[in-house]
Amino acid sequence: MLGLPATNLLALKAAAGDEIPGAVTAIPEAARDENLAWAGLILLLPALSAILCGLYAALKVKNRLPGWTTVIALAGSFVVVCFLYAQHEPGQPTVIHLFDWINFFWGDGAFQSVRANFALYVDDLSIFWMLFVTGLGTCIAFYATEYMDEDRGKGYSRFFGAMSIFLLAMCSLVLGDNLVMLYLGWEGVGLASYLLISYYYTRQSAIDAGKKAFIMNRIGDLGLAIGIWLIWYNFGTLEYDALFQALNAYLPVADAGKLPGTEIGQPQLGWSAYLIPWFLMVGAFGKSAQFPLMTWLPDAMEGPTPVSALIHAATMVTAGIYLIARTYPIFWLEMEAGGYALATVGWVGGFTALLAATIALKQYDMKRVLAYSTLSQLGYMFMGLGVVQTFGACFHVYTHAFFKALLFLCSGAIMHGLAGQLDVRKIAGLRLAKGWKIVTWCMFIGGLWLAAFPFTAGFFSKDEILAQAFVQKGPGFRALGWIGIITAGLTAYYTFRVWFRVFGGRTLHIEPGPEHHGDPSSFHPHPPGWRIKAVLIVLTIGCFAAISTGYWGIGHWIKGMVTHSSAAWGLPLHWHEGDIPFFGGDPHFTMYFVSGTFGLIGLAIAAYFHLFNRKAAERLDERFKQHFITNLLPRTLEKKWYLDEIYNALVRIPTYLSAKFLYLFDRIVIDGILVGGIARIPVLVARIFQPLQSGALQGYATTMAGGVALIAVWMIWVFLQKGGG
Amino acid sequence: MTHFTALLASNDPPTLAELVNPRSIQICLVFSALLFVIGLFGFMTRRNMIVMFLCTELMFQGVALAMVAFGRMHLDVSGQVFVIFILTVAAAEAALALGLVVLLYRRRATLDVGAWSELKEC
Repeated sequence: MLGLPATNLLALKAAAGDEIPGAVTAIPEAARDENLAWAGLILLLPALSAILCGLYAALKVKNRLPGWTTVIALAGSFVVVCFLYAQHEPGQPTVIHLFDWINFFWGDGAFQSVRANFALYVDDLSIFWMLFVTGLGTCIAFYATEYMDEDRGKGYSRFFGAMSIFLLAMCSLVLGDNLVMLYLGWEGVGLASYLLISYYYTRQSAIDAGKKAFIMNRIGDLGLAIGIWLIWYNFGTLEYDALFQALNAYLPVADAGKLPGTEIGQPQLGWSAYLIPWFLMVGAFGKSAQFPLMTWLPDAMEGPTPVSALIHAATMVTAGIYLIARTYPIFWLEMEAGGYALATVGWVGGFTALLAATIALKQYDMKRVLAYSTLSQLGYMFMGLGVVQTFGACFHVYTHAFFKALLFLCSGAIMHGLAGQLDVRKIAGLRLAKGWKIVTWCMFIGGLWLAAFPFTAGFFSKDEILAQAFVQKGPGFRALGWIGIITAGLTAYYTFRVWFRVFGGRTLHIEPGPEHHGDPSSFHPHPPGWRIKAVLIVLTIGCFAAISTGYWGIGHWIKGMVTHSSAAWGLPLHWHEGDIPFFGGDPHFTMYFVSGTFGLIGLAIAAYFHLFNRKAAERLDERFKQHFITNLLPRTLEKKWYLDEIYNALVRIPTYLSAKFLYLFDRIVIDGILVGGIARIPVLVARIFQPLQSGALQGYATTMAGGVALIAVWMIWVFLQKGGG
Repeated sequence: MTHFTALLASNDPPTLAELVNPRSIQICLVFSALLFVIGLFGFMTRRNMIVMFLCTELMFQGVALAMVAFGRMHLDVSGQVFVIFILTVAAAEAALALGLVVLLYRRRATLDVGAWSELKEC
């Protein structure tokens, strides 16, 4: 077995042979193909399905029609994507113009137009993303037709309508040929996410979670909007094709190794161009829930489980990775100019990975553990982007999409069958229950993949990232690599803690969840139906397939996809330098052993405490609880490092207080002193003359006569002053 | 008389303006001022609405007389034209005002103007 990765390493080197440092590929110009307009169906089908679901809701359809409509539309979308992939020529981006949208121009060159037409930018990266987005979308919609069954006639149409909106927006985000379409999709997925998190709108916690997700994403979206504006400001275009052509002039395409702007005659970039990555990064961190904008994602688990699987694990949250991979040349430029944007991306990713993994250690809600593991895995992906391993990041997105969707759907099946029970302390030995075999072993496989068990897809994709951290030169990247390795151990532990607790144990013991009404002793879990099982099996097969697509078999499919896109074009690639040893060997080889060992240690600890010797775990827990100091860490982890409380203190309370202050300022100064004060002046003046208004007619007459007399006296006085006569 | 003896003593034929006796104009103006003041005084002291109305008419006539006098002084007829207008308007206004007085009397059964002071401040 050990020889296998080594031979693949050679093959990898051979495949990357034409991309060694020094030979940098320029970003090719996109071909324009009007004959591919049928690709518009990818967006049209979910849009139609969303409209139909709205009609079903209006007509109060009681059957499964909305579900099937959505499944068929998404499957159609997936088939169209496959056709698009089949005719796609690797390394040759294509722009498919659908119709004019925003199309202002006052000239032909850069800075002379604001163009954001409804067009598709089809290159390897966007097709790669679309394949798993629509594929998983179809699977999960199919799963949801059974999962949401109890809501038929109530929220069923609403649920599938929002799912369709989500897919429509995600396709626009990924396939759009300009940053405005990306932004449109970006906001669209945010809307769909909000609608689906607050799906159970009678539950206060779901409403709060939806609002939290929406508001926190606004912060990131502001960053993205400023970034997009700065891109136009610096490069005069919003279309990817024109943007990449403009970037070619700055990238070290002609002569590798020379910094941009150092050659005479090479164009200079304004200072604001080096701010673009920082703003885009904020957008990516918001959408992909990285520190410090991470706390919305765990709360988003209030939504139905298929939503957690599709939106909050597999697809939407990877939009941040897509954004950075898509605009990677800009990040690269900033790094070449001596900036730290990419290093920051990597460090934030690594920090989030570790932070989320530690929180997941002490959570009891199964879905929450998975949510924190999602945060942690997203952190790995950002780490991959940061250490200039876009292939590893995208590969991890892909493998993660499968195994995390699988894990979520398994936990959804448990929640569905156990009346909403998700607490790992209240379920044990579920594998012994009748009809739960498939869920048990699918979740086991998903767990292995998440825990990066050797020779699983997650193992390979994670190692790509971790090894590159030791290869790439950057601020503290070696420490970052070690953080990643430790996190891998923690991941294995918390994943299998859940699995061993829920499925392990000698006897079946279940306490029904809050949705069970009646005597708990009469409760029997109802096993999932054929549709849930079918989807679980399909995703398990997908997990296995992810190994081969990433590493063995049909070759370096994903690597090819990523390296033939803007995620790698224009970069002087040095995937394997080999001259920086890690434990006496090439990091990409020795990493398998190091991270594998850490993963196995985590797995062994989980097995000891949660499968073989649960008493020991309880004893340890008791001993920790005995003293304040020892209890500090477990308590802090259980309380999620008090992040919500810190945000409350740092953001919410100051915001509330300043709002209160401004309210009082408005009340007292604006309303009271300014408006009220000015209004008081006429009143005061009126008070002076009020006695004149006596009501006696003679009084008025006297006043008038006196006034006339005064005027007369004044006139005579003026007349005399002028000399009389 | 001095005015006319001066005129007779002069050899030049008198101009049109010199034919106006300033004394007579003085008398007219004084008389008009007297009329106005009597009217004003009456208006301010009497409480009967009809008498007050008569007093306003008196002030009107005072002003009208002053206009005629000034018209004579400048040998201009527009003063007299004005007066005819004023008399016409005053006649119309008298009809209206007396009608109002009748209505007010019907409401309170008194002509005392002190009965009408609701619109005063406080």
